Amino acid sequence: MATTRILEGLGRFYIVLLLGFLYLPIIIMAAMSFNASPFYQLPFEWTTDWYASLWQNDQLIAATWNSIEIAIITTLISTVLGSMASLALYRYEFRGKKVLQALLFPPIAIPWLITGTAMLIFFFGVGIGRGLVAILLGHVALALPYVIVVVSARLQTFAPELEEAARSLGANQWQVTMRVTLPWIMPGVIAGGLFAFAVSFDQFVVSYFLSTPGQTTLPVEIYAAIRKGFTPEINAVSTIIIVVSMALMLLTARFFKFGGEK
Amino acid sequence: MADQLAIGSRRGLRPALPLLLPAYLWLTVAIFLPLSAMAFFSFMTDLPLAGKEWTFTLGNYAAFFSQSLYSTLLFASLRLGLEVTLWCVVIGYPAAYVLAKVLKGRSREAIFLLVILPFWSNGLVRIFSWAMVLREGGILDTALNAVLPFKINIDLMYSYPAVIIGLVHSYVPYMVLTCYLTLQAIDDSLIEAGRSLGASRRQVLWRVIIPLSMPGLIAGAALIFVPVVGSFMEPRILGGRTGTFYGTVIEDQFVAVFNWPLGAALSFILLAVVLIILALAAPVLRRAG
Repeated sequence: MATTRILEGLGRFYIVLLLGFLYLPIIIMAAMSFNASPFYQLPFEWTTDWYASLWQNDQLIAATWNSIEIAIITTLISTVLGSMASLALYRYEFRGKKVLQALLFPPIAIPWLITGTAMLIFFFGVGIGRGLVAILLGHVALALPYVIVVVSARLQTFAPELEEAARSLGANQWQVTMRVTLPWIMPGVIAGGLFAFAVSFDQFVVSYFLSTPGQTTLPVEIYAAIRKGFTPEINAVSTIIIVVSMALMLLTARFFKFGGEK
Repeated sequence: MADQLAIGSRRGLRPALPLLLPAYLWLTVAIFLPLSAMAFFSFMTDLPLAGKEWTFTLGNYAAFFSQSLYSTLLFASLRLGLEVTLWCVVIGYPAAYVLAKVLKGRSREAIFLLVILPFWSNGLVRIFSWAMVLREGGILDTALNAVLPFKINIDLMYSYPAVIIGLVHSYVPYMVLTCYLTLQAIDDSLIEAGRSLGASRRQVLWRVIIPLSMPGLIAGAALIFVPVVGSFMEPRILGGRTGTFYGTVIEDQFVAVFNWPLGAALSFILLAVVLIILALAAPVLRRAG
């Protein structure tokens, strides 16, 4: 039994090491956004100048607004359309349902490099071209499968008898959906929406191929800035992004258990 | 299933259509048509835009097979995918095991969330954070020189190991997640039974635990291998000039060289490779349910 305890201790220690590996770079990156030296030199001198100078950077601010707007619109569209599709897949039996469900996986599984370049070619060919509209079209398509998968998972816990009972008591289809089904699956819908927001807000690859100068999102701007050279300003804006997306995921976790534990 | 049919669900595609159409039309316009267009486009000599002349050609694919550069880079990317996946198994599997079988209750939940949390934060930013750590005069360099009595220069930035480190950091939470899910489903009594029948820890590990968690390992490997083979941002930022891979060449065709038909053909070859890999992994995953 002593060996068991030693092994378990080692296991816990290992988890601490892994968390260090996962978080240390991010913490260091964030710390450097509060360091005065423009060349990341130590000793550490506290400053918030880099955050202040972000406000002077019009290009970055414009890209930030684009990112937020696109993420919000993506969330709204993909949550509504995705929840509708999940309901249909849950409620009805028809030929080809398996195919429709299987079609959700290519958008998730195919590398974004391929999806992004394919969208660029197609949108150019049909005259949509590059820009915010193209980015929005792409983001909704990337977010939809996640929403459908998450909402469908929640629907699995819904008893169909409840809908039937409401119907037999005289409720019409719309009333059944809005007053019985939707309240039950709401946690799934909210989690799906948060997923959609995260997919859009953090999306780099697809936005990168679909953006033009002036019509771009925050990650694309950051990539361009990184390739020009590192500045603490990038650290500052990166820190803001990472805090926002981690907060979002913590929020999602409240609505949706990742671990599969019921 | 028959029960459910009788009570809840109804037959027929027609009532389902209004609910399904918007989402699937959107997916068609933004995913499936673009992929088909790319396939079509990869057989053209030039962009069919602005009245430019174009004809059908196999030249873009011939370029892949006649110039060893492209196949060499594809192999480099496949090797990169393999190495990153192996490191993710080595690092992620033990962590998943500890999470599933050693930790209990709330601490398990909290640590599990901590492990997969970075995965949902911005990938670009995380790669950038490694640039902070790995560059010469960076944190790793400074820290080691402060501790060690002799002077050493750690300059991993713009090297192959830097690309590996960044990618493993990006993808190891996937492996922890998938392995955790299968490991957690293994009944503890199976492990105890193995032990009480006289198997050593090692035997239990190799003959009970690893075979039962194989679906998680395969799922994790597929989920990591596929995007890594298509990665271009990570090698660009952390690899510098050594970071030329298949993905970066495709990126170049679209944003620098503007040879879109060649880019489409290269993308399509990558897609074929990816689909083959997913098809190979699929039976194992389906058996796992």
